[in-house]
Amino acid sequence: MFQVFCIFIPILAALFMPFFFKKVRSIHTGWFVLIVPVFLVTFYATYVPIIVDGDSVISELDWIPSLGISFVSYLDGLSLLFSILISGIGALVVLYSIFYLNRTKEQLHNFYIYLLMFMSAMLGVVQSDNTITLYLFWELTSISSFLLIGYWYNRDKSRFGALKSMMITVAGGMLMLGGFVLLSIMGDTFSIRELISQAPELATNDLFLVALVLILLGAFTKSAQFPFYIWLPDAMEAPTPVSAYLHSATMVKAGIYLVARFTPIFAQSEVWIWLVAGIGLLTLFWGSFFAVKQTDLKGILAFSTVSQLGLIMSLLGVGAISYHVNGAEDTVFKYAAFAAIFHLINHATFKGSLFMIAGIVDHETGTRDIRKLGGLMGLMPISFTIALIGSFSMAGLPPFNGFLSKEMFFKAILSITQFDLFNFSTWSILFPIIAWIASVFTFIYSFYFVFRTFTGKLKVDQLPKKPHEAPMGMLISPLILAALVITIFFIPNLVADTFVKPAVMAIQPYLYSSPEEVNIHITAWHGIHSPELWMTVGVIILGLLMFLCLSKWQKMYNAFPAKLTLNHLYDFIIYDLCDQWIGRFSALYMTGSIRRYLSFMLSSMAIIVIGTLFIKDGFKISFEEASTIHVYQIILIIVLVIGTITTVFAKSRITSIVALGAVGYTVSLFFVVFNAPDLALTQLVIETISVALFLLAFYHLPKLKKEEERTRFRFSRAFVSVAVGAMVTLVALSAHSQKFIPSIAEYYKETVYSLAGGGNIVNVILVDYRGFDTLFEITVLGIAGMAIYGMIKLRLSRKEKNYENK
Amino acid sequence: MKTNDVIMQFTAKIVFFIIFFYAVHIFFAGHYTPGGGFVGGLVTASAIVLLIIAFDLKTVQSILPINYIYLVACGLIISLGTAAFSMFVDKPFFTHFFDYFNLPILGKTSLHTAALFDLGVYLVVVGVTMTIIQTIGEDE
Repeated sequence: MFQVFCIFIPILAALFMPFFFKKVRSIHTGWFVLIVPVFLVTFYATYVPIIVDGDSVISELDWIPSLGISFVSYLDGLSLLFSILISGIGALVVLYSIFYLNRTKEQLHNFYIYLLMFMSAMLGVVQSDNTITLYLFWELTSISSFLLIGYWYNRDKSRFGALKSMMITVAGGMLMLGGFVLLSIMGDTFSIRELISQAPELATNDLFLVALVLILLGAFTKSAQFPFYIWLPDAMEAPTPVSAYLHSATMVKAGIYLVARFTPIFAQSEVWIWLVAGIGLLTLFWGSFFAVKQTDLKGILAFSTVSQLGLIMSLLGVGAISYHVNGAEDTVFKYAAFAAIFHLINHATFKGSLFMIAGIVDHETGTRDIRKLGGLMGLMPISFTIALIGSFSMAGLPPFNGFLSKEMFFKAILSITQFDLFNFSTWSILFPIIAWIASVFTFIYSFYFVFRTFTGKLKVDQLPKKPHEAPMGMLISPLILAALVITIFFIPNLVADTFVKPAVMAIQPYLYSSPEEVNIHITAWHGIHSPELWMTVGVIILGLLMFLCLSKWQKMYNAFPAKLTLNHLYDFIIYDLCDQWIGRFSALYMTGSIRRYLSFMLSSMAIIVIGTLFIKDGFKISFEEASTIHVYQIILIIVLVIGTITTVFAKSRITSIVALGAVGYTVSLFFVVFNAPDLALTQLVIETISVALFLLAFYHLPKLKKEEERTRFRFSRAFVSVAVGAMVTLVALSAHSQKFIPSIAEYYKETVYSLAGGGNIVNVILVDYRGFDTLFEITVLGIAGMAIYGMIKLRLSRKEKNYENK
Repeated sequence: MKTNDVIMQFTAKIVFFIIFFYAVHIFFAGHYTPGGGFVGGLVTASAIVLLIIAFDLKTVQSILPINYIYLVACGLIISLGTAAFSMFVDKPFFTHFFDYFNLPILGKTSLHTAALFDLGVYLVVVGVTMTIIQTIGEDE
């Protein structure tokens, strides 16, 4: 129970942060926050010995038991690795933010509440075994990320970036929910473990492919894959600790986690492999290619994150192939999943440190624009060293951990050419080529990032602040991360045994029964004949050459037309399509003209009713039950028709009113003819009153434009009214011709005296049998009277106007 | 110049009572013959309107100093009270009671709680009609 409770510790701690911020002003609130991730990382570290053996721990907290929804903390290799990353990097980021954010100038309580909220959400995402609670936490990451990006909410760009990331990730989240629901329909459970255990049956279901695509869309939007990556560069308006935490190490890896977690279910499908590997590779290339174009330090890092996420994603796609190969334990495909997890760890370390360095540069010089920066090496030696380590690792150079994972990436991507299922024999040769080109660009932007910032000529006059080295506290976190970058290079197999192999177990549970069986040994030196070594050498040589003549070809990026970018597409969809076009569409039918609305209502009524009668074959006209018609009835009908026609075609309004009165009195005569004396009486009096009221309204018509003219003839309106008339006639005739239920009137006739003690059936029904109706009808009358009284007596609007005019 | 409609005023005084008693008649007869609270109320209101036409609004208000809005409220309370009464004697809402009594002058008469309900309807109708006519008439 305590284990699942741990997910909520950060969000509970967040409740106290405003108190600390308001009452303990002398100490930076971050110090109190720091306790939480430090505690969590030590707590999760105690699980490492259990996980290393391939075991898993589960702890459950019921939420809605009747629906099978519960909070579950399921710790296996994959989720423990993510949990440690989240809490560990969380601790470093909090430490960094203590020195980055000013205690007196910033709204720290807001910042740390959002950050702790995010931490809870992220832990929930990676530990949830229940898809519904997974979705809950997933949306909580979107919301807290939205709040964090918009932290400096008085800046236009922050709000724009926050909104953009919200729109894209929440749209993906909703689609993912759809996928989860489909999965639960197919497997009749919300539990991911149970879904995995019935994976082969799920693959035969018709809904399988839909669920697959929906869940992938969720993962791709969150992990900034092509074409949804566009929110990530705009999210760089967030404070740098947030960028370092959310947009490099944790949140953007939620999609990676999702893909890894659902691989055992979906890897059966060819579509999954092609989509994950293909989109990943495209993102890898696209991100690295456009990173060189950026001039903002964090912009470079954002595109580099996009690219690296694409790399991990493509590796997971390739790793899914192992489900289709016999004896996969011995083949080379198993490298892919291993390399994906290994690179995920490496990326979290070097990208976190690089973001922190970008933040330091911004903090100490006042700008992130790479065109103004340069020559900071002498002034900021420690930052330079850290940036160098991070960049070289990102570029894939020894002796840094990025080298190892890049080598494994090449090995895994090369292995795809040996695969001849699913048309891979024809297209797979493209994979290593694209990957290699992308690596060259990765090399270029890594060098571009570090050398354009720290070497070259110092332009002090262009910098808003006088640059100097950052305070030691701010350097601690990047130093730790940079130390990890180097350490992992020298002890890769220790990391692999502890973290990577148990995680690979979770991705490929059908291949291995225990982590020891993942017989991969990381070596930095593969021998002179290994192709990946020569690929790396090629990357370094070509990358160096292209970096040196960067200024010559960097201009070609400007040749891209701005209208063809995805950002332009997003702006078009959000601002043009949604705001303007749909607004125009609404204005098309929402004209404000009541006549038009009325014609919509009436014509749709006629279409629906007549259509239903046609489809259901409801027409029936029989005169069997009709009674004989008398002469005086015919005379009355003639009078009625004449009155009606006069009302519609009269030139003067007063003629219409009088004709309407004639219609009313004729109706009352009809009541007399058809033996309804009560109705006749009431109709007579009411008709008199309403004609008098009509005359009153007529008398008070404004004198302006009081032209007497006939109602203009419009064909469309005539058509609608004829249709409605026909509809009512048809329905009435059909209803009269087919009576299925005998009338209840006999009962009233028999009991009116014995039960109700009366003689007038109409009145007894009104006050006794169905007095309820009467009670509320007199209430309606009362309300109408009050409303008229209020309308005439109260004239607030006029008074208010007078007040305003003063 | 004020016209002298003495004939109209004189006739109205007499006709008012004829209409009013006719209204009372159709109200009480409603349970057995055509009529009832609704029509009765409307006819009563028309009798008062006749007075208003013959004299004027202020005179009629001083003769019949009734706040018709209260009349509406009274009518609603009477109707709802009659309907709710049965709940206090363990019967469903809206159960009516009737029986035959030997009253001193009228002899054997049936008394029915439905008549009380109808009285509420009558008062509401008179009240609403007069409220509408009065407010519109007073409006400048």
